[in-house]
Amino acid sequence: MARTLAEKVWEAHVVRQAAGEPDLLYIDLHLIHEVTSPQAFDGLRLAGRPVRRPDLTIATEDHNVPTADIDRPIADPVSRVQVETLRKNCADFGIRLHPLGDAQQGIVHVIGPQLGLTQPGMTVVCGDSHTSTHGAFGALAFGIGTSEVEHVLATQTLPLQRPKTMSVTVEGDLAAGVSAKDLVLAVIAQIGTGGGQGHVIEYRGAAIRGLSMEGRMTVCNMSIEAGARAGMIAPDDTTFAYLQGKPHAPGDADWDAAVDYWRSLATDDDAAFDREVVIDATQLTPFVTWGTNPGQGVSLDGSVPDPSEYDDPLDRAAAERALAYMDLAPGTAVRDITVDTVFIGSCTNGRIEDLRAAAQVMRGHAVAPGVRALVVPGSVAVARQAEAEGLDAVFTSAGAEWRQAGCSMCLGMNPDKLSPGQRSASTSNRNFEGRQGPGGRTHLVSPAVAAATAVAGHLAAPEDI
Amino acid sequence: MQPFTVVTGRALPLRRSNVDTDQIIPAEYLKRVTRSGFEDGLFAAWRKDPDFVLNDPAYAGASILIAGPDFGTGSSREHAVWALQDYGFRAVIAPRFGDIFRGNATKGGLVPVEVGAEAGEQLMGIAESSPSAEITVDLIERVVRAGALVVPFDLDDYTRWRLMEGLDDIGLSLRHADEIASFEAVRPAWLPTTSRT
Repeated sequence: MARTLAEKVWEAHVVRQAAGEPDLLYIDLHLIHEVTSPQAFDGLRLAGRPVRRPDLTIATEDHNVPTADIDRPIADPVSRVQVETLRKNCADFGIRLHPLGDAQQGIVHVIGPQLGLTQPGMTVVCGDSHTSTHGAFGALAFGIGTSEVEHVLATQTLPLQRPKTMSVTVEGDLAAGVSAKDLVLAVIAQIGTGGGQGHVIEYRGAAIRGLSMEGRMTVCNMSIEAGARAGMIAPDDTTFAYLQGKPHAPGDADWDAAVDYWRSLATDDDAAFDREVVIDATQLTPFVTWGTNPGQGVSLDGSVPDPSEYDDPLDRAAAERALAYMDLAPGTAVRDITVDTVFIGSCTNGRIEDLRAAAQVMRGHAVAPGVRALVVPGSVAVARQAEAEGLDAVFTSAGAEWRQAGCSMCLGMNPDKLSPGQRSASTSNRNFEGRQGPGGRTHLVSPAVAAATAVAGHLAAPEDI
Repeated sequence: MQPFTVVTGRALPLRRSNVDTDQIIPAEYLKRVTRSGFEDGLFAAWRKDPDFVLNDPAYAGASILIAGPDFGTGSSREHAVWALQDYGFRAVIAPRFGDIFRGNATKGGLVPVEVGAEAGEQLMGIAESSPSAEITVDLIERVVRAGALVVPFDLDDYTRWRLMEGLDDIGLSLRHADEIASFEAVRPAWLPTTSRT
């Protein structure tokens, strides 16, 4: 029977199937960080259970860590305890950890692919919803809660109901200046924050095939913002070229067998999806959010919508509340929205290509007066690469701050935060109320738009500066 | 976890859609390494508004939360479930839930009750107009009762059984340790391990 990519990966990991029960699914890779793991390790201790496969588990410190003065102790005592707790747990249970200051430390979803640990056809989980990022390799990768973290630590499996399948086919080619971030923001605006609920999305079509691995990671990363459990892209030559030679990729002796298997994972021609969405890539433009959920987005060329034009009363109420929180008037041209903060980084857009795109725009320009621009590499390795290419100098000479690796201003758990009333253009993934700091206001954008906005002082495209 | 069969209590109406887990509990509260006492973080930002429904004494002691569609979207933080439970909620009624939140809820014994949009609106209306009205979530019959109104809801048999028995998932999976070992024995050798290269 014809099967989709998601179905093939699922079926290859079923340990046990029984009528009336969820499938018991084997997990190939478990990524750990300091925020969602402490209670899971405590649970193991209480029950006297070991970690079944420490050799399929890896940890890093990313959410709480400062991105400046990292050689000093973490100033916030609560954050420091959480990071120290992770260190103790990893030592006690024999788990590889890349701590702050380590050459491989970084955002959990940046280091997995960078080490070659994320490979096609694998199941990957982490106590973090943006685990969907790893689906860019054709892995089935999804976020889990702390109870499930404990479950995977103890059993290397998860009992799961089989998700439904959904295809998002992006036909045609993206216009110059339109990035993977613009594409995924437009997808979320179209299908809504609940549009993918209960589904694994497979992104298909010429525009997806044309993306680099890093662009594909940006797209899959934000699948959760469309409500989907996971996003996937079939592995192809772009995937294999990215993986070959990575530290944990199959070696020469196994490479051909691995590639043969990976090629077999592509969705069969006559396979059916439970839901299908088609998007015309040629119509897409740089995209930004105006509201307080990632589905509230509009073209950079557009204007803030008028809530009274919404038919659905709940959508209208949500838009009214969002505009009040964002302090925006209906009809305001997007380019007229001024910002005081620009954040370039995160698991969505903190990889080397993102920094190159931002640097290309910022080169030779200066950050606008009154704007604070933060550039935060997704990992130490990304930072070293950017420095080797001189990108850090481009940012600092423009007046932006060049920081150390971490989640930084994506989520308000470390010193990088918005103050109440501040407004950012951010390459991160969530514009929820208070996400970047209590009372802060967030516009989600691509790295190129973020860089242009930093220079212009208002939401802008590279050609505007 | 605490078994759930039938819970009757007052219901707190939260007339908002897309209540993401950052609103249910902001990130600042996620720095703790403990498993209890998260009630102070529940809707921490919204609670600063004295008019927010959680501050209305008429709803004090409510054990059921009624919300708009797409409740619990966003971050995977299970702290959202813990905060709701620590505050005293046993069930959340909404027309749609974020997938990860729904999964987390059932792990800890908080029952996610997914109802149709119309029924959700009716229940919201009852809770808004009569704060003292008692609403029943009956997991045995898979219905919500509010006066004469009876609203059926879906929950798969396995999850319902686990919630009613208060069973720990890990213990159930470990019963299949032999099958897990058999699966591991035939995994391709080239699959990566995290052992340092």
